[in-house]
Amino acid sequence: MKVLEKFFNKYEHLFLEGGKYEKYRPAYMAMYTFMFTPDETTKKGAHIRDAVDLKRVMFTVVLALIPATIFGMWNVGYQYFTHAGLDFTNMEAFMYGFWKVLPMIIVSYVVGLGIEFYFAVLRGHEVNEGYLVSGLLIPLIMPVTIPLWILAVSVAFAVIIGKEVFGGTGMNIVNPALTARAFAFFAYPTFMSGNEVWIPKPENADAYSGETILGALGQGHHIAYTWKDMFIGTIPGSIGETSVIMILIGALLLLATKVASWRIMVSGFLGAAVMAFIFNLWGANTLMQLPWWQHLLVGGLAFGVVFMATDPVTAAQTRKGKWIYGFLIGMFAILIRVFNPAYPEGVMLAILLLNVVAPTIDYYIVQANIKKRMKRFEKQTA
Amino acid sequence: MHKQVKISKGLDINLKGKAAHKLAEAPRSKMYVVKPTEFYGINPRLSVKIGDHVNAGDPLFYHKYLDRIKFTSPVSGTIEDIVRGERRKILKILISPDATDTFKTFKVDKPEHLNKEQILDLLLESGLFATIKQRPYDLIAHPDDQPKAIFISTYDTAPMGVDYTFALKNKMKAFETGIKAITKLTDGKVYLIVNGNSVSDFDKLKDVEIVKAFGPHPVGNVSISIEKFEPISKGDRVWTINPADVALIGEFFETGQYNPVRNVALSGSKVKEPMYYTIKAGADLSEFLKDKLKDDDVRIISGNVLTGSNISKDKFLNFYDNQISVIPLGKRPRFMGWMPFLGENRKSFYNFGPTKKQLDLDASLYGEERAFVMNEEFEAVMPLDIYPVHLLKAALLGDVEKMEQLGILEVAPEDFALIDYINSSKIEAQDLIRKGLDIMQVEIG
Repeated sequence: MKVLEKFFNKYEHLFLEGGKYEKYRPAYMAMYTFMFTPDETTKKGAHIRDAVDLKRVMFTVVLALIPATIFGMWNVGYQYFTHAGLDFTNMEAFMYGFWKVLPMIIVSYVVGLGIEFYFAVLRGHEVNEGYLVSGLLIPLIMPVTIPLWILAVSVAFAVIIGKEVFGGTGMNIVNPALTARAFAFFAYPTFMSGNEVWIPKPENADAYSGETILGALGQGHHIAYTWKDMFIGTIPGSIGETSVIMILIGALLLLATKVASWRIMVSGFLGAAVMAFIFNLWGANTLMQLPWWQHLLVGGLAFGVVFMATDPVTAAQTRKGKWIYGFLIGMFAILIRVFNPAYPEGVMLAILLLNVVAPTIDYYIVQANIKKRMKRFEKQTA
Repeated sequence: MHKQVKISKGLDINLKGKAAHKLAEAPRSKMYVVKPTEFYGINPRLSVKIGDHVNAGDPLFYHKYLDRIKFTSPVSGTIEDIVRGERRKILKILISPDATDTFKTFKVDKPEHLNKEQILDLLLESGLFATIKQRPYDLIAHPDDQPKAIFISTYDTAPMGVDYTFALKNKMKAFETGIKAITKLTDGKVYLIVNGNSVSDFDKLKDVEIVKAFGPHPVGNVSISIEKFEPISKGDRVWTINPADVALIGEFFETGQYNPVRNVALSGSKVKEPMYYTIKAGADLSEFLKDKLKDDDVRIISGNVLTGSNISKDKFLNFYDNQISVIPLGKRPRFMGWMPFLGENRKSFYNFGPTKKQLDLDASLYGEERAFVMNEEFEAVMPLDIYPVHLLKAALLGDVEKMEQLGILEVAPEDFALIDYINSSKIEAQDLIRKGLDIMQVEIG
C-alpha cells in the first residue's frame, strides 16, 4: 500500500493548482479516491461520520448484482448448448457465456466511465460513483446477441442525454440504465426483440425457437417451461433478468444493508400481483390466463423492481411516495405486458413512466405536510 | 399522570468512553476566555479595555442592538488581551484570573418575591440571560418577547451524553430555585423533559410539566417535545434553557453572585479516566487535559460529538457546554476504505442499525461530498413531521417561502446532527440548516 501511496503522492503536484495537468484533477482524484479514502477529517457539523459513502453504496449494489450476473453467464451457455443439441458441462456453459458477456461489460464501463470522466474534467467537479452500478446494469438488461457498437451507442446516449444534461448523478430524472435499454429498444428493435436475439444462434440449426415466455404467450403459444424453470432462471431472456432466485439473493443483500428501499420492493411486487390477479379473473387471452404468481417470475419484473425501481435518485423521495410509486410500477408493468403484446417488457416502460411521475407524487405528499402546517399558522393568527 | 413523548425514528450511537459517576474538582486555570462568537447573532460592543480589572459578574461587552443584554466575566482578574479577526471582529477576550475570585454582588431575593421584570433585569445584568435561547432560529432570546412556553431537557441522548441526574446531584436545590425563577418568565407552561426509562429527583419537581421521553436520540432534543406540546407557528416564541444553566440561575438567586461553575463530563475513548469535573465556563483546559489523555492524536470537542465545537487548537471550555469529548482524530488515508464488509472501516452503523457494542469512532470524514442520492436515509433519523431532504434543498437554495412552508421555524441545527452522521453523500446538514435559519431571521425576524 505504501508503494501505491508514494506513487500517487509523487505525481500529485502535476494535478494541483498550477500543475501541468491541473485540468485533469477530477480524473486524478477519481483514481486516487478509488484506491484510498482520503485523510479528510470533519470540518463542521457532526465530528463523527458513518463509514458509508457513495462508493460503498454503489459497490454494495454491484455486489448484489453478482449472483444474477454469474447465473446469467451460465444461462447464456446453457441456452446455447441445449438449443444446439450439444452435450456440455456446467463449466463449459459458464465459460461460453463468460466470453460473450465480458466484452459487453467492458464496453459498457469503458464508454460510460469515459464520458463521465470527460464531463467531470469539463465541469471541474468530482467523478460521481453512479455509473459503477449503471455500467453493470446495462449489459444485464440487454439480449446477449446485441452488437457491441449498439451497446456503446446506447450507453453514450444514456449517460449524456439521460444523466449529464441534467447535471449528473443525483440530478437525473430517469434511470440511466433503462434509458440505455429504451434507446436500443426503439432505435434498433430488430436487435432487441423477436425470437432469435436471446440466444446466440447455433451454427448447425436452421430454425430454432428461442422466444421468451412472454413473447410466446403474446403470440398465443403455449409454453414448455415450468414455474421452477422460471424461478431458477433456465429460460431465454436478457442476461441478468431470468433467475428470480439469484435476483432475490441480491435483494436480500440490498435490504440487509438498507441500500435499497424495502417499501418499493414490497409495493412493486404487490402491485404486480394485484394487477395480474385481476387479469386472471378476466382471462381474455393467454397472457391474462398466466397465473398471477407466475407473472411475478417471468420477464424483467423481478429484476426491474429489485434493481431499477429502487434507484434512489429517480424513485419517489418520500416514504409514503415510495409505496405509491412501487405499487404503480408493479401495476403498469403487468398492464403494459398484457395489453400490448408488442411490448412484452412492460416493466421497463412502467419504471420509466413512474420515474417521470415520481416528483409529482412527492409534490402532493409534501404539499399535504405544508397544508397541515399552514392551517396551524392560520389558526394562530386568526 | 406525566406527559409522554415517544419516537421510533432516530439512532443511538453507543460510544466508548462515557463519563463515570465520579466528580472531582479541576484546578483553577491560568487563563479564562469569553468568546463573543459563541453567542450567535450578537454584535458585541466592548465595555472593557486591555489592562482593566474586572470582578466576576462585571460586564465585558453588550449587544450593540440591545444594550440590556450583557455578557459578564466568569472570574475576577485582568483583561489580558482582546483578540480580533477580520474587519476587527472581536474573537476572544482573555482574562488573567486573580488567585481567588472577588464577586460583583447583585441585589437578589428569593424568586418567589420577585416579579417578571425584576427577574429579567437581574438575569440581563448578570449575563445569565445569554443562557436562554429562543425558537425559532435557535438564538439568544429577546427579553421583550412573551414566550408561550419554556422547555428544559434533562435527558441528553447524544452520544456519551451528560447524565444530568448525576451532574446536577449536588445542585438540586439551586435547580429548584432556578425553576422558580424561570416559571415567572412565561405565562405558559415550563416543560421539563426527563428520561422515561428511569426515576430521578427531577420527576418530583413542582410547577413544571414533566415530560417522560422514550426512544432513541434525538428524543432528548427539545424540538421533539415542542412539536408535540407547543408547536411553533409564525410569530410564536418558545424559550429553551439547558438544565445546568437553570442550576446556575438558581445559584445566582441564592448567592447574588455570577459564578458559572459547571460539573463537566470529560468523556471519549481517548480519555484515560472518563468522569465529571467541576470546571468554570471559559477555562483554559490545556494544563488540565495534559495528563488525562491517552495520546495527542485526538480531536478535542467542547460539547458532544454531534453538535460540539472543535477546540483541539484553542482549548477553552465554551460558555454553554457541560461536556468535553475527546475522540481519535483518524487523519490518514485508508486503502479502499469504501469497501463494504472488509477492512478496518467495514462497520456501518446505519446499515446494521444500532449496536450494543461500544464503538470507538474517530473524526474522519470517510469519503467526499456528493450530490443528494440516498434520500431515504435522511427520513430514517428525522422524528419530526418534516421532510428533511426537501427542507435541506430549500435551505441550499435559500428559498425563504419554501423553508417556512417545510417547517424550518420548528427546527434547530442539532435536529439534523444525525443526518450529518449517517448520510452517504457527506452533506453538511447542520450547516445548511444554520444558514437557512440565518436567512429566515433576516427576512422575517
